[in-house]
Amino acid sequence: MARPSVARRSARRLRRSLSEGGSLVLAAALLIWSLTPVYNMLLIALDPDEGDIEFEGVVWPADPSFHSFSTVVTQGYWLVENFWRQFGHSVFIGLMTMALTVLIGSLASFAAGRTRSRPGGLLVHAPLLTYAVPASFLVIPFSRLMASYGLSNSLWSIVAANVAFATPFAILILQQYARLIPIELDEAARVDGASPGQVYRRIYLPLMAPALAAVGTYALLLAWNEYLYQYVLLSSTRNMTVAVAIAQFFNSDEAPWNYMMAMAIIYALPPIVIFYALRRYMAAGLTQGALRG
Amino acid sequence: MASPPEAAAAGPGALDPSGRPLWHRASYGSEFAWAIAFAVPYAAVFFGFVVYPVAYGLWMARDPSLYRELFVNPLYAQAVINTVLYVGLGVNMQMFLALLLSGFFMRRRWWIKALLPIFILPWALPSIPAFVSFHWMLIGEEGLINSLLSTLFGIRGPIWFNDRPLALGSDIVAYIWKWMPFWTLIFLAGRMAIPSDFYEAADVDGAGSCRRFVHVILPLLGNLYLVCTLLFTLWTIGDFTTVSLISGGAPSYSTDVLATLGIHYAFEAGRPSLGVAVVLSALPVLIPIAIVLIRTLQTRELQL
Repeated sequence: MARPSVARRSARRLRRSLSEGGSLVLAAALLIWSLTPVYNMLLIALDPDEGDIEFEGVVWPADPSFHSFSTVVTQGYWLVENFWRQFGHSVFIGLMTMALTVLIGSLASFAAGRTRSRPGGLLVHAPLLTYAVPASFLVIPFSRLMASYGLSNSLWSIVAANVAFATPFAILILQQYARLIPIELDEAARVDGASPGQVYRRIYLPLMAPALAAVGTYALLLAWNEYLYQYVLLSSTRNMTVAVAIAQFFNSDEAPWNYMMAMAIIYALPPIVIFYALRRYMAAGLTQGALRG
Repeated sequence: MASPPEAAAAGPGALDPSGRPLWHRASYGSEFAWAIAFAVPYAAVFFGFVVYPVAYGLWMARDPSLYRELFVNPLYAQAVINTVLYVGLGVNMQMFLALLLSGFFMRRRWWIKALLPIFILPWALPSIPAFVSFHWMLIGEEGLINSLLSTLFGIRGPIWFNDRPLALGSDIVAYIWKWMPFWTLIFLAGRMAIPSDFYEAADVDGAGSCRRFVHVILPLLGNLYLVCTLLFTLWTIGDFTTVSLISGGAPSYSTDVLATLGIHYAFEAGRPSLGVAVVLSALPVLIPIAIVLIRTLQTRELQL
């Protein structure tokens, strides 16, 4: 009786240590996989020589310097001379997309889930049809329409496109999350004479805060990630965003790559900070509703 | 029928025969107006910035001769093949790896928990910096990958963007690198929602990790997996940024997908209608996927 159980126990121990070793190898591989491109950015940005992307067999640039970062921040080169202006445009687009997505999405999800005469399912699922339209298809007619509205080269056209793409997902997430909030709360308020508008402001918005934060962050990151519409719609240097300006380096013959990478790193910092600061919040908002659906 | 005053007189807690509070029926008309008012802003966005441009795009590409021109164009045929490869490999490999990795991140080890924030860094990084860096890792002999190959192993690395399979492969790898963390998190959330009793029951029955995967995880996460894969397929067919920045269609437009070819025709070659027609030709695939997706969402309500 005793011997097989000892054998089984040692087999199990062997299997466990094997899987522990395998996990460590996998973890190391994932670490390298995730960090290599990020490391590459730093490597090029810290190189003091313009236009040089040589690796020279060292794991660290021989002579690292923050010269490229200071050039970008002080706009000391013609390709980066509008950097802060362009950065302001990116911020404007991001914040407007966030605010409008949260506002429009929460209103629509309230109409879909909380009012008694529900256009319900339709209002949640029809917007998802937006995702059946590839962004790269829509951008061509979109840019022509924007020109006819007089919005070509305008930041608002980018905001409009971002909101159109962010809101369907926002409505879905918000509506799923809203099920965690007992409808009896609304009904009690209604009995006390509150109008749907008051229920929305006093009950729905405060209780939905985690999901709203998640959806807002999602919209902000979507705007910060977006490139195609900015590339097509914002052609003049003065109206450009940082994303387009970075890609502009490709068209230039004598481009200083270290400046480009420094610019890319600065551009990447705000979303990363927001992302990690709100990560816990966001995970809760994005999953709770969906998982208890 | 209770008229409003009667309903009010019957008290707020009173129910009508169908079990609804009476105040509800009394305020039905204004309730409907409120619902409409709340839905109007989104409806305006949807019709102004989605439906109308789509209709306009369909109208732009209404001429059948555009499609005849495309179907004899070798660049178009190649872009279709590239899109199939890009979507087929880029989406499915990624989703499957993400599903497996989500199991890895369920393990209770401090170093696995510490790895997760680093692992999701590619997703937190905006696409432009990420892909610009990826491009520079591969370019020429000076890029990080080729200099590592020559320093560590003494191999002369290939010129990645001079070769169609290598260039398309780079696009796919970059795409997987960027989005896999997102799907891993989604599946991780799905796995966490599975009550631990299920795992314990499987454990008691002596199921190994493989059998647990097949008999517990797959049936429970199958629906989520399907929805995510369909949604991601739709996104990937319209993806412009990755291919545009990684290979840029090099060598000589041979790695262009439908999205980049369409944009190229519309904004660089000055033929917007042809550009719309290129992307529109994916519609016979897009519409069935969208219908299946919406039906799945409607019937199961994203139940995990």
